[in-house]
Amino acid sequence: MAGVRLEKIEKTYPNGFKAVHGIDLDIRDGEFMVLVGPSGCAKSTTLRMVAGLEEISGGKVLIGDRLVNDVEPKDRDIAMVFQNYALYPHMTVYKNMSWVLKLKKKPADEIDRRVRQAADILGLTDMLDRKPKQLSGGQMQRVAVGRAIVRSPKVFLFDEPLSNLDAKLRVQMRVEISRLHTKLKNTMIYVTHDQVEAMTMGDRICVMELGRIKQVDTPTNLYRYPANTFVAGFIGSPSMNIVSARLNFDGDTCYVDSQNLHLRIPDDIGKKVRQYDGKAIYFGIRPEHIHARETNPEAADNFFNMEVSVVENMGNEVYLYFTPGNSQYIARIDPDIPVRSGDSHEMWLDTNYIHLFDGETKENLIYKPKTQ
Amino acid sequence: MGLKKHNGKRPSVLAIHLILISWSLVVLFPLWTMLVNSIKPKREIFRHPFGIPDEITFEGYRHAWTGANFDIYFRNSIFVTVVSLLLILVLGSLAAYAMANWRSRTSNLVYLFFIAGLMVPIRLGTINIFQMIIAMGLAGSIFSLIPIYVAMGLPIATFVLTTFIRELPHEIFDAARVDGASEWRIYWTIILPLVRPALATVAIFDLIPIWNDIWFPLIFNLADNHRTVAIGVSLLFGQYQTNWTRVLSALSLSAVPILILYLLMSKQFIKGLTAGAVKG
Repeated sequence: MAGVRLEKIEKTYPNGFKAVHGIDLDIRDGEFMVLVGPSGCAKSTTLRMVAGLEEISGGKVLIGDRLVNDVEPKDRDIAMVFQNYALYPHMTVYKNMSWVLKLKKKPADEIDRRVRQAADILGLTDMLDRKPKQLSGGQMQRVAVGRAIVRSPKVFLFDEPLSNLDAKLRVQMRVEISRLHTKLKNTMIYVTHDQVEAMTMGDRICVMELGRIKQVDTPTNLYRYPANTFVAGFIGSPSMNIVSARLNFDGDTCYVDSQNLHLRIPDDIGKKVRQYDGKAIYFGIRPEHIHARETNPEAADNFFNMEVSVVENMGNEVYLYFTPGNSQYIARIDPDIPVRSGDSHEMWLDTNYIHLFDGETKENLIYKPKTQ
Repeated sequence: MGLKKHNGKRPSVLAIHLILISWSLVVLFPLWTMLVNSIKPKREIFRHPFGIPDEITFEGYRHAWTGANFDIYFRNSIFVTVVSLLLILVLGSLAAYAMANWRSRTSNLVYLFFIAGLMVPIRLGTINIFQMIIAMGLAGSIFSLIPIYVAMGLPIATFVLTTFIRELPHEIFDAARVDGASEWRIYWTIILPLVRPALATVAIFDLIPIWNDIWFPLIFNLADNHRTVAIGVSLLFGQYQTNWTRVLSALSLSAVPILILYLLMSKQFIKGLTAGAVKG
């Protein structure tokens, strides 16, 4: 097994388009690293450069301690699982999984043992004689994973493997892949655009935008301490409310003023942003930190009366949409609190959980993200 | 197949069958005329050309098989056709894999060059081709036909196969590369089995013009034991009178190998034609 290290990785296409701008990423041995970002953030390109399917325009890729820039995919000791499964349609499940071992000229009995072992892990034993066409999407993706397992590679690469599955199956396969990682303990790099997958599966998550890394950290830290507005908005569902505002100090007390809100900021946070007095900023607050007033009747300030434009009942929780002026807030509240759309409701913002971002760089003003 | 998708008003099954049956009749009529007249004596052909024969004769077939070297002609035709087709399929699929897989300016130019071959009839170059054949020392030989037919068949082959391979999910090749297959191995183990329907389509497309070609064998003035069936049939046409029974018998015989191939490959052929219509 081995970790993977990317040093100043760049990708420039022949037409001059620069897709990846010098990425540094250190993936530890045995780690489940998720690359996540919206489409076009070059997460797949980055993965394909690790796989050797895409030429590296600049920088270094190391698997273990070995520089693999000019190593053929097959010699990198990796296995890859693709979004559309990429099974060989004319081969049976058994052949799909055994082909790679055959190409490596392994003895027949070893091939058979490893294929059956992988089939056993993935519950494919009864399907070994079937063709891909006779399988469901979930089964096909399991075969694709099986094809990766049989070769026991140093590193597993997953390129959006669950995107073609329906929602229910996706949740199921998510758990299966996580379980597989616990069992095999290999290094895994997993690309997805779905932040839920990223949050639930990753040991660490690398959030990317437009060919650059925005933040790398554990799911909890990304959620609690987003480095910038991009990560703040991308991680979490419904996403964080991010509103442009202005910081104002009245003596030692810090206030955030936006179009509709006048928020008092706790002193321990205020201390950290003293130098931004009077400056334009963004403030962010997660939906779960906007409460209905009745859950905290003692609150002395930071509550506001707002008209509820939409109520979305999820059963276990309710999302309230407010659209004062041209901004929008989402609050996540207890379903037992009776609110109907069109009502005005008094809401309380828990500013202990507020995030403040620079008005220009959009970097977090309160927390310095850990460097990896 | 397509009809099942229409849930609303669909044309009645009867109307469709009527159209298909009448079309079949149109197509089958010449074939019937050829077959039925090949077993009639000459006079009867002119008396009632489309009717059932009063008197059946196999004189035409007997003559075709024994009299006029048709056994040699057949062997030559089959040899030329099979060798040309094999070369077309092998070279065409290799070229198609390359052009589908490595997209670049150069490969696009080469592709365009092949496509141009679809639009320019090869016969325009007959004289130059003939000079080349003479220069190669192939004049008069059956082997002179093979390079011509390969050149004639390659454009459609590369066109159909490149399109077909481009439609295969690209990840399959990536997966094979990660699995450790060489390009040759990918071509042989992955591409060839997957494009089989397209290969059948190409084979049938190219089969008929090659089998029926009379132009090049005629121009190249092949020696008697190098002649093809098409030439053999043309020799049966006399300047002043023609023995139609013999001509039609020879034609009927010459259609048999094609028909057999068609029947064998029709399933793959249809698959090839409809591929891409249904995403798999």
